[in-house]
Amino acid sequence: MLKIVTSVIARDLKLAMRRQADIVSALFFFVIVVSLFPLGIGPEVDLLRQLAPGVLWVAALLATMLSLPRLFADDYRDGTLEQLALSPHPLGLIVTGKVIAHWLVSGLPLALIAPILGIQFDLSGEALLVLTGAILLGTPALSGIGAIGAALTLGLRGGGVLLSLLVLPLYIPVLIFGAGAVDATVSGLGGEGHLSLLTAMTFAAIGFAPWASAAALKIALE
Amino acid sequence: MNDRFNLYRFASPATFYPLAGRLIPWFIAAGILFGLAGLYIGMLVAPTDFQQGEGYRIIFIHVPTSWMSMFIYLVMAFWAAIGLAFNTRLSGMMAQALAPTGALMAFLSLWTGALWGKPMWGTWWVWDARLTSELILLFLYIGYMALVAAIDDARRADKAGGILLLVGVVNIPIIYFSVKWWNTLHQGSSVNLTKSAMAEVMLWGMLLMALAFWMYSIAVALARVRTLMLERERHTDWVRKTLVGDEQ
Repeated sequence: MLKIVTSVIARDLKLAMRRQADIVSALFFFVIVVSLFPLGIGPEVDLLRQLAPGVLWVAALLATMLSLPRLFADDYRDGTLEQLALSPHPLGLIVTGKVIAHWLVSGLPLALIAPILGIQFDLSGEALLVLTGAILLGTPALSGIGAIGAALTLGLRGGGVLLSLLVLPLYIPVLIFGAGAVDATVSGLGGEGHLSLLTAMTFAAIGFAPWASAAALKIALE
Repeated sequence: MNDRFNLYRFASPATFYPLAGRLIPWFIAAGILFGLAGLYIGMLVAPTDFQQGEGYRIIFIHVPTSWMSMFIYLVMAFWAAIGLAFNTRLSGMMAQALAPTGALMAFLSLWTGALWGKPMWGTWWVWDARLTSELILLFLYIGYMALVAAIDDARRADKAGGILLLVGVVNIPIIYFSVKWWNTLHQGSSVNLTKSAMAEVMLWGMLLMALAFWMYSIAVALARVRTLMLERERHTDWVRKTLVGDEQ
């Protein structure tokens, strides 16, 4: 059972490595959006420090959104998805593998680059640590929930915009607790509670969302 | 002719179409009656609030629309679950027919809330937990309608919309509580409705108005589901019979 998950992850990672430009462009989208805010708001350090958690998290949501349409679209187009659905393994497990692979190429790089962007916003060392941890713990939930939206909009015209309409409202809890963890650390309250809730959401999303997206994929493949 | 037989009978569009047509006038009549009674009590009988003056009377629209906006989402999710579990044609159509009314109720609730907030709180909008979650509910309605509109195949639209509704209904409590906690942590505008024990007349007015909106929603949803049925089943015999029969 575990084998199917790991082999799907290995396959998707190999495909992603053959098209590294996709990963890098989503990452630079994140960097550019975050860098736009000081230009729009002004360089006052106190204000930027206050805005940093929200800005970084909103940019992370948008950057995750960018790579979601490709989660199933390529496999759908060349017929791989149909073969996967016909395989004896449960489609939910296969989707779990794809969600984890998606996180490895979209969420993980965001978490690794976020502290550098945080320095631009003059965040303290502790806040940078919590920010990285929050993005590490929260982005798997984004990949999981996003997979439902990607499966529902598979093959539809205007899929990308539609996907953001469906998925962004569902991302709100992750945004609140992700940015809240950093806020709470900055204000001295401690972000452990937020991080725990974020982890709970991630586990719930990784556990349940693949099965909902598998149901949606079956509808799309009918 | 036992009860069970009847239920299955009306699960078919061919038999539900005339039934809906017969029911609509009754729901419209009930809606008008409840509405008139509710407005009479709300506008003329209920006393002026000693704190809020006459402006509070907007709650006779505001509270029922908020209730309906939440209730309709639950009803849609119920139909979605039935449709996915039993693969019935009518369930998806019911969910689709309800969606615009639900979105309208959410919008009216936000709008009347803003109209009430300006004189009472001195601002059109605050990032209060209830307001924010009502706004997110409106987004969920819009997402559902956009998804259903984007799918040409009616059966796929029903099922995909159904999954989205079920995912949404699971998420609503999570969203509500996270927004609530976010609001208390940020210590935003500390607005809370100091609910003094509401006068009984006001409560009656509100309940009557809620019933009026409820009847209105049913009537409109039935009218909309009738057109949906005609559109989807346009190649069938019963539609041809119904339409030709109407022309004669």
